[in-house]
Amino acid sequence: MKEGAALVPWFVVIPLAGAFVNALLGRRVQGMPALAAVVITFALMGLSLWAARSVYMDGALLYPVGGWQPPVGIAMVLDGMTSFMLVTVNTVAFAIAVYSRDYMERYTSKGLFFTLFLLMLTGMNGVIVAGDLFNLYVFLEIAAVSSYALVAFGTERHELEAAFKYAVMGTVGSLFILLGIVLLYGYTSTLNLADMGLVLAEQGKHDLIAMVSVLFLVGFGLKAALVPFHSWLPDAHSSAPAPISAMLSGVLIKSLGIYALFRIFYNVLGMTPMVSSVLMFLGTLSMVIGALLALGQRDLKRLLAYSSVSQIGYVVLGIGLGTPLGILGGLFHLFNHSMFKTLLFLNSGAVEYATGNRDLKRMGGLARKMPVTGTTNFVAAVSIAGIPPFGGFWSKLLIIMAAVQAGYLGYALWAALVSVLTLAMFARVMKNAFFGELNERWREVREVPGLMQASMIGLALVCIFSGILIMPGIKEAFLNQASASFHGGPRYAEMLPGQGPR
Amino acid sequence: MLCLVLFCVGIYGILKNRNIIKIIVGITIAEFAINLFFILVAYRRDGRSPLFSPDETISPMVDPLPQALVLTSIVIGLATTALLVALAMRLHGKYGTYDIARIKELRG
Repeated sequence: MKEGAALVPWFVVIPLAGAFVNALLGRRVQGMPALAAVVITFALMGLSLWAARSVYMDGALLYPVGGWQPPVGIAMVLDGMTSFMLVTVNTVAFAIAVYSRDYMERYTSKGLFFTLFLLMLTGMNGVIVAGDLFNLYVFLEIAAVSSYALVAFGTERHELEAAFKYAVMGTVGSLFILLGIVLLYGYTSTLNLADMGLVLAEQGKHDLIAMVSVLFLVGFGLKAALVPFHSWLPDAHSSAPAPISAMLSGVLIKSLGIYALFRIFYNVLGMTPMVSSVLMFLGTLSMVIGALLALGQRDLKRLLAYSSVSQIGYVVLGIGLGTPLGILGGLFHLFNHSMFKTLLFLNSGAVEYATGNRDLKRMGGLARKMPVTGTTNFVAAVSIAGIPPFGGFWSKLLIIMAAVQAGYLGYALWAALVSVLTLAMFARVMKNAFFGELNERWREVREVPGLMQASMIGLALVCIFSGILIMPGIKEAFLNQASASFHGGPRYAEMLPGQGPR
Repeated sequence: MLCLVLFCVGIYGILKNRNIIKIIVGITIAEFAINLFFILVAYRRDGRSPLFSPDETISPMVDPLPQALVLTSIVIGLATTALLVALAMRLHGKYGTYDIARIKELRG
């Protein structure tokens, strides 16, 4: 066991312990839950950055739980991709924890909220570090069940309806995933991801693998809200409290859906041209349909939710291309999307907090009354629309370039077109909500409390400077590490210490 | 084979029914079909239960790992079902009906 591997389980242990303590003490001690959540997420963010550094220095790390060596025991793995996802998830979680402290004043039982929030974080971190398939499923369910509960947190008519829909669809997705896991276990007699990849490579392809691929595609597609399976997302995202919409859209659909999907397809099943073309098609479909549906929305959060579907399409298209450049672009877009979409949802929450209204038509001129929200929203909007200096531009450019390079001109054209649609969509948001005439009704509106502002400003800064991640030097340290663990493909096992080919 | 049928029955139940409680029952059926299938995957011909004791002769035994996994998956299923039922109760409280055709205020 390498030095530094010991820190891997803390990503799961810390939030889990925090959730437990919050559940016990949240009612008795005033203000404790929020403070605990902020401290915990901050610690996790620091830890994840440190983990990324140590992966860059010494390569992948492996932590055998309870001292049992894989493939028999349960393993937790930390490689380039894992540390990349951990940094993304925990940064967003920190921003959201800071933001929620004031936002959640409107709801009762804050202690419960932060308990569920930390539980969801546990699940996501667990999915990311899990080194075997069943553990991945267990953590996925932890995250999913707590997110169903969080969507229903307001317990009003709409929240409950959306949560029920989300819960039913999510459960069906999980069932498909579980069935896929069972079939794979029956075929390979192992659950360890790396080991499974090796066994499959030895035994060769079988028709069963095609069926398993379909099951995983449906299951994780439901979690990631790819287009034919996306119908839960707009309801769930627009009904949940704003910090939770941000969390769902920013990181949950990515770590549960995209990450798990591609981890399994690249490192275990092996990417075939068939799967790759299906993924690219679904990605493009999500991109186009999401953008078109978003254009017609009046509800601000619903518009953002549909735009999430569309941006997830970019990520899937990029990673589905399978070329190094495509993967790089896809991952970079994933990171960018986490940042700006979280920021946009937090802004919509701020608008709702200040005005109690989410209808675009009835807003107007809010930038004058709420300068911080207006400015950060502008930053996020130009970033998502792909205006040059911001991160969103570079990642979209990379994806389009990769599609052209790989010879998929049609997909590249769609990607460029959707980028224009996104611009139109957010131009409308800015015009209706923040610029223009001040609506008489909002004369008394005041800016949101300081901590919410701080969190939004922090994310806006990340949005502005995320473009430098692609610069030479920094790129090698962070993004290349992450994409390397994908185009290593079935050689995944060799990269892990103490687990070479048998 | 039975598992496949059960799984299909469950999925059909989820898709076809309009009653929330029946949807939840459908989910449970599908879930248990998968659990049963998991145990079947582990079955070996003439296997005995996977218990070790010092004076036992070595004989074929069923694969113990899936049994542990099924236990976990049953617990997860319990949590999900509990949450779904709780949601259904609250929905009934708000809408006064279990019919999903009449619970559709969210559109678009």
